[in-house]
Amino acid sequence: MGAYLGRRTLQSLIALAGLVVLVFFLARLTGDPTNLYLPLDASLEARAEFRAKHGYDDPFLVQFGGFLVDLTRLDFGESIRKARPALDVVLEAIPTTLRLAAITMSLAIAGSILIGSLAAVRPRGIFDRTASILSLAAASAPDFWVAITGILLFAVALGWLPTSGTGTALHWVLPIAVLLIRPFGLLVQVVRGAMITALSSAYVKTARAKGVRERSVVFVHALRNAMLPVITVAGDQAAGIVNGAVIVETIFGFPGVGKLMIDAIEQRDFAVIQAAVLVTALLIFVMNILIDLAYAMIDPRVRHG
Amino acid sequence: MGETLRLLARDKVALAAALFLLLVLACAVFGPVVLGEAADKMNLRQRNAPPFSLADGWLYVLGADALGRSILARIVVAARDTVTIATLAVALSLVAGGTIGLVAGYARGWTETVIMRFADILMSFPSLLLAVVVLYVFNPGVATVVAVLAITRLPIYIRTIRAEVLEIRERLFVQAARVLGAGPVRLIGRHIAPVTVPTLITIATLDFAFVMLAESALSFLGIGIQPPDVTWGLMVAQGRNYLATAWWLAFFPGLAIMLTTLSLNLLSSWMRLAADPTQRWRLDRAPDTGAR
Repeated sequence: MGAYLGRRTLQSLIALAGLVVLVFFLARLTGDPTNLYLPLDASLEARAEFRAKHGYDDPFLVQFGGFLVDLTRLDFGESIRKARPALDVVLEAIPTTLRLAAITMSLAIAGSILIGSLAAVRPRGIFDRTASILSLAAASAPDFWVAITGILLFAVALGWLPTSGTGTALHWVLPIAVLLIRPFGLLVQVVRGAMITALSSAYVKTARAKGVRERSVVFVHALRNAMLPVITVAGDQAAGIVNGAVIVETIFGFPGVGKLMIDAIEQRDFAVIQAAVLVTALLIFVMNILIDLAYAMIDPRVRHG
Repeated sequence: MGETLRLLARDKVALAAALFLLLVLACAVFGPVVLGEAADKMNLRQRNAPPFSLADGWLYVLGADALGRSILARIVVAARDTVTIATLAVALSLVAGGTIGLVAGYARGWTETVIMRFADILMSFPSLLLAVVVLYVFNPGVATVVAVLAITRLPIYIRTIRAEVLEIRERLFVQAARVLGAGPVRLIGRHIAPVTVPTLITIATLDFAFVMLAESALSFLGIGIQPPDVTWGLMVAQGRNYLATAWWLAFFPGLAIMLTTLSLNLLSSWMRLAADPTQRWRLDRAPDTGAR
């Protein structure tokens, strides 16, 4: 187990190092921020001074060297838009995104386990066919379209929910509902598939023959073995949300990492782009390792050697 | 083929999905020729004309946009770029990712390590940032969007195919071919690659729907297809500004995306069932409605 964790951490560090290089140079390919931040009639001297102050007049390799040196001190540089350390700006946005991801994924996992298992009990029965088509429809829905249709219906027409912002609990209903749809649809499919396999295996027949109640056959015996693929897909979906629920955050004006990242790209706020990409990548690496550990916990046959 | 069609005819939902996809394909191929002119014709008296009214002719049955252009005609015409981008992106990532995966699985050693770490980096890189960078550096258009989408989907193909090759290369017929003197190119091309084709096709059918949604999302955020080119995602984005006064501008193109991806997903899950000999019998059985 220790050796496994070491190897995984090493692999993650290599990937992170690659990401550092890629993000730094790709961000700078989008262009010079000077013209965005100075007024149109700024003099050439003012422009040169701005460039010199932020180091944009150095060759890329020199800038990169400086960035690496700062990085070893966990210094991601200043956000030029907010004139504050970039890391602080990112860390402020992280809790909103994490909370969105946590609530969404808990609801999606709980709901999909229930619906998917019930559908798997009688494959191609009436409940299964309805659940399959509805969950496929959910997995096929374009989230930006669902979001604006939701705003139109529940905020504009009915006036039940606010259109955007984060003030009260009501503000979270629409964004979470929109975020929920796709992972939920996908997970129902995965749970159903894994449960059909599990329910037709020999140990389930044994349990039934012993007279175990149907409810515990489905939700205890079969479900435990069906959980592995569910966790894999759920992890992928959670990573997607952490990596920026950009659409939902921009439409609903949520101050999360996704909105921060797209604003930073538009404003050429390189320090914030770099900090946001690296912090979210780190979070996702940690989550992936936790998921691998969860495999071994749920299924004792899985051993990380 | 006849057998497959017979099975398809039995499953009404899958049949409906297949017919809808044929309709979309027909729109993509013939739409711009037939309705190209109607889609660009502005008619300021018709600005934001409401849907479900035949007073101005059937072209305006889904209403008109802010410039008085027929929404129906624009949806039909936009099918071409929408379908083209998804098809090209899937084909590109399938061929490139499949090839890289084959090499990684066959070569082992440091080649494999380099490729897999590269796939890790691509996986953790926000595709949005990639899209913006490519858009700023190159001219935005169909080709750049295809490239962005293909690159972001590469790791899926690389990882799956590599894992599969690791298993296939140990099989007896591959070993036999090697003993008989087949070189790496022949081994990969003639013996290993054909076995991975079903997996590739399964991923590709699922990916097609995903790529379509991703393109729509990029265009919606304004970093995908740029006007005067038009895709369904872009139409939703343009309609968003009129949401409160003319909901049909954004609603119908979004519905087109939804129905197309749904049909793709329905058909691909049906295909997986039909292609699996151990599951195929389920299709031939009448739907189970009674008690156990």
